[in-house]
Parts: sequence; C-alpha cells; structure tokens
Amino acid sequence: MGAAVFAFYLFALSTITGGLFTVLSRNPVHSVLWLILSFLSSAGLFILLGAEFVAMLMIIVYVGAVAVLFLFVVMMLDVDFASLKAEMAKYLPLGLLIVIVLLMELAMGLAVWVPSDGAKMVLGAPIPSDTHNTAALGLLIYDQYFLLFQLAGLILLVAMIGAIVLTLRHRKDVKRQDILTQIYRDPDEAISLKDVKPGQGL
Amino acid sequence: MITLEHYLTVAAMLFVIGIFGLFLNRKNVIILLMSIELMLLSVNINLVAFSSYMNDLVGQVFTLFVLTVAAAEAAIGLAILVSFFRIRGTIAVEDVNVMKG
Repeated sequence: MGAAVFAFYLFALSTITGGLFTVLSRNPVHSVLWLILSFLSSAGLFILLGAEFVAMLMIIVYVGAVAVLFLFVVMMLDVDFASLKAEMAKYLPLGLLIVIVLLMELAMGLAVWVPSDGAKMVLGAPIPSDTHNTAALGLLIYDQYFLLFQLAGLILLVAMIGAIVLTLRHRKDVKRQDILTQIYRDPDEAISLKDVKPGQGL
Repeated sequence: MITLEHYLTVAAMLFVIGIFGLFLNRKNVIILLMSIELMLLSVNINLVAFSSYMNDLVGQVFTLFVLTVAAAEAAIGLAILVSFFRIRGTIAVEDVNVMKG
C-alpha cells in the first residue's frame, strides 16, 4: 500500500469521523472542534487531489474564520445546551431512516455512473502541466471569471455589512464621546468666573 | 489506486452525515448551521475531485465561490442568532415564532 493510498484513507476516515462527531457531540464546543478536524483533513484530501490553493484556502477561511466564529458564538451565548440535546433520541429513528434511504439512492446513482465519452472534449479550462496550481487558478480567475470574482467580493461585503447591522446596538448606560458637542462647546458657557470670598468657598 | 469513486463516496457520506445532523439536532440552531457547513464541504470535495480527475480547472474556481457563499452564510446566520438570543434569551428553533410563519 503506497503512501498516497494510506494518506487518502487516513484523511477520509478523519473527515468522516469529524463530521459524525460534529453532529453527535453533546457539547457544542466539542462539535466545533470536531468540525475543525473535518475541515483540516478535507484540506489534506484536496492536497492529495493536487488542488493546493483550495486546500490552503480551506484552512485559512474555514478553520481560521468560520470555525472560530462558531466557537466565539458558542462560548458567548449563555445557553443551556443540555436541554436542547434532551430530545435528540426522539428524532433518531426518522433521521436514520432518511439517511439510509439517501445513502442507498446515492449508491445506486454511483454504481451505474460512467463519464461520457465526449466529456474530455468539452473541458472548460484544462489543467496546465507547466504551471503551479495557484498560478493557473489566478490566470483563470482574473481573466475568464473576473466578473464572478468581483461578485463574490460583493457577497462578502453585503454579508459583512449585514452582520454588523444585525449585531450593532447602542447601549444607553455607556458613556460615549460625542465629537460634535465637543467641537461646538463655547468658552463663554464652559467657563464661569466666580468671586470667592476668603474662608467661605462656593 | 485511489479512483474518483473513492472521493465521491467520502463526499456522499459527509453529505448524508450533514442531513443526519439536521434531523438529530432539531432544536440547536448552532449545530444546524454546522451541519449545513458539512454539506457544503462535501459539495466542495465533489467539485475538486471531479476537477482533478477530469483535468478541468473550472471545478476549483467554483469551489472558491461555494466557499465564499458558505462563509457569508455562516456570518449572517450567526449574526441573526446573536441578535435573536439577545431579544428572546434562547436559541431553540421552536421558539422562533415571532412572525407566526
């Protein structure tokens, strides 16, 4: 058994295990950690497939941003997660039934599937053999898919603004700096001269 | 020898686990969002596997777009969750009935 085959089975097994325990884990913090394992090992699968750029992007975006965001929210919300898990057994039979049906459907689809003879003729962008994966992807994204690339950036911008708008709140009991009142302060009303008699005070 | 079918099997199992999670964690919205992330991950594995075995780079380009949408969805979903928790003090799905939908 070669190293590549061993690596595939290792990464595939840890991807599936991570996914399964994400779903089954009782503690949501553990769920997020299993999710990170699943993302990392699928990044390993991508490297085995020769897609290094996507693999690194998986680690940066999913593990570095999305999973940490989940971890933040799980730890920030003060929720009694035990009560949410209490009725898990109620939905287990229905879930298992649907899972088995879906797996059988997918297996039947996969068993009879063969790529069409003409599939090699209609390639959108054949993988070049003389450049790196990242360089080839860059040439493709910044040339043919430039509009879609910009739109993806727009989606991220909208998501960012939406998330900020949804979670921003002004609390009344916190003192804030109001720059306009600072600027428009008048020395005449800010300072008042008092004639203090000796030994009396104000 | 690892074939395309091996990768498709892994992706199919991951997708089914994601759907299983949707049914199993009916009450906890955070785990529901994680299940959706798992399903999107399996779609990404499918895209990259086909891209590699069919020798076509476009699959990897589409993986980037799926990744973008997944990240945006997670951010918006968690923001809605945080503001909902602030108002109602719970994240159980059954309590999300303010709009009587």
